[in-house]
Amino acid sequence: MRTYRDYLVEKRFPTIWCGGCGNGIVLKAIALAFADLGLDRKKTVAVSGIGCWGWADDYLNVNGFHGTHGRALAFATGIKLANPELTVVVLMGDGDGATIGGNHLIHAARRNVDLTAVVVNNLNYGMTGGQYSGTTPQGSYTSTSPYGHVEDGFDLCALAAAAGAPYVARGSVAEGGKLRELVRTGLSRKGFSFVEAISVCPTHFGRRNKKKNPTEMFRWLRENALSIEGAKRLSEEELKGKFLLGTVRDRPSEDYGTRYGRVTASAGEMEELS
Amino acid sequence: MENKTWQFISGNEAIAEGAIAAGARFYAGYPITPSSEVAETAARRLPQVGGMYVQMEDELSSMAAIIGASVAGKRAFTATSGPGFSLMQENLGVAVMGEIPCVIVNVQRSGPSTGMATKPAQGDVMQARWGTHGDHGIVVLSPSSVEDCYYLTLCAFAIADRFRTPVVLLADAAIAKLKERASLHPVPEAERAMRPLPACPPDEYRPFAVDPEERVITPLAPFGGDYVYRITGSMHDDAGGQAASPANADQVIHHLTDKIEKNRSSIVQVREYDLDDAEIAVISFGCSARSARAAVREARRRGWSSSPSGPFPRMRSGTFSPTSAPPSSPS
Ligand SMILES: Cc1ncc(C[n+]2csc(CCOP(=O)(O)OP(=O)(O)O)c2C)c(N)n1
Ligand code: SF4
Repeated sequence: MRTYRDYLVEKRFPTIWCGGCGNGIVLKAIALAFADLGLDRKKTVAVSGIGCWGWADDYLNVNGFHGTHGRALAFATGIKLANPELTVVVLMGDGDGATIGGNHLIHAARRNVDLTAVVVNNLNYGMTGGQYSGTTPQGSYTSTSPYGHVEDGFDLCALAAAAGAPYVARGSVAEGGKLRELVRTGLSRKGFSFVEAISVCPTHFGRRNKKKNPTEMFRWLRENALSIEGAKRLSEEELKGKFLLGTVRDRPSEDYGTRYGRVTASAGEMEELS
Repeated sequence: MENKTWQFISGNEAIAEGAIAAGARFYAGYPITPSSEVAETAARRLPQVGGMYVQMEDELSSMAAIIGASVAGKRAFTATSGPGFSLMQENLGVAVMGEIPCVIVNVQRSGPSTGMATKPAQGDVMQARWGTHGDHGIVVLSPSSVEDCYYLTLCAFAIADRFRTPVVLLADAAIAKLKERASLHPVPEAERAMRPLPACPPDEYRPFAVDPEERVITPLAPFGGDYVYRITGSMHDDAGGQAASPANADQVIHHLTDKIEKNRSSIVQVREYDLDDAEIAVISFGCSARSARAAVREARRRGWSSSPSGPFPRMRSGTFSPTSAPPSSPS
């Protein structure tokens, strides 16, 4: 029996993350999900982007690929298509996976390569000092929106689902056990799975938005979380600023590799005829 | 030689055929004039040989996908032109830093910017050499005939695998769009250069171990085998862990240049003509090498003793090789 600790590189602890950061909870949820499925370390690859969360593959005891800011899904696409035996999990921040890498996210969801993306959405760019990202809520304060943020933030799950991802779910670091389930389900679905983990960055986002310590941030997360089911009864006004947690979509759709298998078969036949 | 298989094909098609003959089984790219026939040939031919074509959303992701495929054990390539080559530069650096073999075809067109999309140019030499940020070595090969397109692509994969480096095939619109008679020798599976694999026990594998003499380049283990490890575009120690000490950075950066520089003699290819009695040497590469050859012939006919030679004899690190060396080459 493997335990989650088999999937962690504990000798590299303590992590570089700040006390109270949500990243450690997501890391543990992933390691637990790996253990639940008994994944073979040799056949598992963690592809990470650049950012605080981008360090996560350093602490996972599987193959790791640490590339560039925003492009993790594209590296992962090549890895998975070249060796379909691999289980590929893609670790990205909200800046990484949804802002600079937003176009790759849309197309990865549409292309439906068998990958599991775990986006840790802490509502800002943690690593570079707390600037606003594509998910920063309108009106909130960051180091580059000192008078309140002008733009609206993305609903990442709606984006991934609209682009065609067959499995889309949202959890939060206030509910680590649930997050583990969502990641595990994502890993076991064939095709592109998208799991968003709403997280906390007390050092930057919390400090600038009147949530001075991690406890206050977690309380804020809990108070503003709603289940997707429960939210159906509420008006748009009541839903403002809430995080809707749960499974957004779970609907199988044939993945790229399976379809390309038919391309290979017909190309072979055409060659024989010619 | 009777076993020659003469074909009348374009440079772009010859590049794709060369890649397949070299064992490439993965292509990721984004179409752009004047390189698109490489993609079209790859889309048609790769699935016939068990390979895969994927059209990405841009050149950033194309570059990333071939790097990913290479780490997972496939020979992989992409083709583009100026605007796309500019977009590839950041991830080209990942291949340099992570020491990941791959082949990037840049069919040069007139720039800057969108420039003149259908007009040939040779303006990307410095970008090929220095385009990605930071100190590094790189290999650049440049064909001057359709046959070169085929053979230099074979060479590009062999060099990429041997030295764990990205290799740029710097073609130009004139050669890539040109159709001419060329003999493309098939490469039997058994004669295909094999990508070296590590032989040490898995827990002893150091994917970024450096031989100070640069004679031995540590083989890259494909993901999915017995070797579980980490590959990174960040500064790393020999095991691939993040490492920021100045001494380590010094060693890694020297290695990235030295592994090319110290092996220059087995990388650089120069074709020389009529140099023995020459007083003036004409140095040229790519499509203009053919005009230079013709001009020198004409000059000699008129009684001057000058001679065109192959490319710049040397550029600091990297190599610049206008031609491979099949003697039948029509330049
Ligand atoms: C091309 C490029 N642009 C900018 C950066 C600088 N940069 C590094 S991490 C980062 C943002 C990280 O934010 P996010 O992805 O949300 O992850 P977090 O640090 O919050 O976990 C930025 C802008 C970079 N490394 N590369
Ligand atoms: S800066 Fe924010 S995201 Fe980064 S480690 Fe600290 S708390 Fe976590």
